[in-house]
Amino acid sequence: MSTVAEPATGRHSGDLIARLREQENRPALVGYLPVGFPTVDRSIEALKTLVDHGADIIELGIPYTDPVLDGPVIQAAAQGALDAGARVRDVFRVLRELTNYAPHVPVLVMTYWNPVLKYGPDAFARDLAAAGGAGLITPDLIPDEGADWIAASEAHGLDRVFLVAPSSTVDRLRLTVRQTRGFVYAASLMGVTGERTQVGSRAEQLVADTRAAGATNVCVGLGVSTGAQAAEVGRFADGVIVGSALVRPLLSDGPLSDAEWAVRLTNLAEVTEDLAAGVRSARATAPADTPVGATDAPGEAP
Amino acid sequence: MKLADVSGPYFGQYGGRFVPEALIAALEELDTEFRKAADDPEFAAELQRLHREYTGRPSPLTEVPRFAVHAGDARVFLKREDLNHTGSHKINNVLGQALLVKRMGKKRLIAETGAGQHGVATATAAALMDLECVVYMGEEDTRRQALNVARMRLLGAEVVPVKIGSRTLKDAINEALRDWVANVETTHYLLGTVTGPHPFPEMVRQFHRIIGEEARGQLLERTGRLPDVVAACVGGGSNALGIFNAFLDDKDVELRGFEAGGEGIESGRHAARFSGGALGVLHGAKSYLLQDDDGQTLPSHSVSAGLDYPSVGPAHAWLHDLGRATYEPVTDDEAMEAFRLLCRTEGIIPAIESAHALAGAMRIGKAAAAQGRTGPDGEPLLILVNLSGRGDKDVATAARWFGLLDEGVASEELERQEGRG
Repeated sequence: MSTVAEPATGRHSGDLIARLREQENRPALVGYLPVGFPTVDRSIEALKTLVDHGADIIELGIPYTDPVLDGPVIQAAAQGALDAGARVRDVFRVLRELTNYAPHVPVLVMTYWNPVLKYGPDAFARDLAAAGGAGLITPDLIPDEGADWIAASEAHGLDRVFLVAPSSTVDRLRLTVRQTRGFVYAASLMGVTGERTQVGSRAEQLVADTRAAGATNVCVGLGVSTGAQAAEVGRFADGVIVGSALVRPLLSDGPLSDAEWAVRLTNLAEVTEDLAAGVRSARATAPADTPVGATDAPGEAP
Repeated sequence: MKLADVSGPYFGQYGGRFVPEALIAALEELDTEFRKAADDPEFAAELQRLHREYTGRPSPLTEVPRFAVHAGDARVFLKREDLNHTGSHKINNVLGQALLVKRMGKKRLIAETGAGQHGVATATAAALMDLECVVYMGEEDTRRQALNVARMRLLGAEVVPVKIGSRTLKDAINEALRDWVANVETTHYLLGTVTGPHPFPEMVRQFHRIIGEEARGQLLERTGRLPDVVAACVGGGSNALGIFNAFLDDKDVELRGFEAGGEGIESGRHAARFSGGALGVLHGAKSYLLQDDDGQTLPSHSVSAGLDYPSVGPAHAWLHDLGRATYEPVTDDEAMEAFRLLCRTEGIIPAIESAHALAGAMRIGKAAAAQGRTGPDGEPLLILVNLSGRGDKDVATAARWFGLLDEGVASEELERQEGRG
């Protein structure tokens, strides 16, 4: 099955992570934002901002009514998106815009399982691939329950990012690594998404254990919010996943004027640049001062 | 294999473990401990002792002839789970799981609650067994069931009102799951119904099967035969599965589950998963689910907080598809009429949840009378109803529904409640 439907653009997350490791000796910055928050159009602007300011891989969240692995910040954004009328199919429109804008940035969709089950796993995989998506991150789908998704993602040449946790046994790490394509998402601490003052010391151990179970690419998520934390985690991880810290600048109690929204985007750019600098300073032996965005310029001239 | 002994993780295509990886180790540990305990005579003896000395089991079986006049003159028997300590069937499961928690050495319990029955039962077991207890309850439900909030706090539990989403049972479960992901190494999630990730659907059924087993024996002793129909209300479905389970392999016994029809299916304000739902995943299990075209969970509605849940235990979905049990909605109006009738004819105030099963029994009895259907040899039809809980917690709701408070007091009460709602 390894020869089927490989995207011609080389947009797989694993390829990019390998290239960053080999050519720049640094981890990838994986930035999360939900589709449709605060509106679909503004979410596209925010995602372009992430790309322009140093995110290497985009994690595009589908808002869901019952996000059990998300903390208050992402819950609020998901609810805001749903209240504003966000639909699951909006993810494909956003994907197309984003992958046209930045063809070399892999875009993964993060979704709870029921929206995909309802859409039909194969139809979802087909439409995701057609829109230029790299694959799925599935926080509440373990490989044991994922037969439909594994078949669909194989058929359409998509990444499958499953999660591991500090509580995962060796057997489960092996099982999960075996079924993963792209990278393994290491949930660095026991808990839901959100910013933490310290990223669990268990993160490093979990990454080591996941590698020992056979993983090539292990990215760490949950709790990272600053450039300093990104640098700390990036020392041992192949990628640093950030969500709540990027969503927080976009939260508001009411609708924002264009001018207010522009300020939010500036704040988002600053947070992104801080994190991008963090992943670039993570390893002492990294080539000095690789400028942000220098190696993978987005599709349009700055 | 007998239907009654089918084990998880799947019931047909339903069930499973659709949860974050972080929880899998704890679910494995729980499953292992549950199976070890099932083979341990000491565990069984301790649970039996608690049932007898603490809960007050066996719960009685009461024939209700004056109520049965409104059910086509069938013979109607109530399994009196309302007389258990804490006032509902919920204590059966709670004591079973709490004993497992002691064996696993965990010190902290978390639970969700809708009507408050499960929260009260969990707070009770936590007090009895010296465990820390946090109960998540939708803010909307804390208002509907204020007395049970106070009850849980009296028992030493912390009650956390959940203020996100629809602020009902579904959101309380989300919040409990988030707590569990963060604290799984020290904490047991004492899930209150036959849904959630494996092994909960099987384990909770196991701890409630005593309801049906007792009722079967009691009815045989009293009438010399099995019931023609067993009726129960179905929210998540624990009391229904508990009583159905003992009759699953008796082909001639009809099993009827009654869901919350709310303001009617056509109104869209209901919790009738089998009439208005479709295959979906919520809270770790694949089952029937109220959802929109995008797979977003739809809000449910019922006058009874305990039935106000958009999904249903996977074993019920399986029994439905097998045709072994049937499920149909009962509206708020029908349930409240049955509630009133049982109070007035038998001096028993049922939980509004259980009143849905009573309304179902009335429907069954009347239909049988209209069709001339009887039991074997022309005997009256025999209907067994699981009276899963008592209605003390529902007195405020019923008083408003029927306008039973004096005018001054009533308007004061309404103002107070609406001000908070």
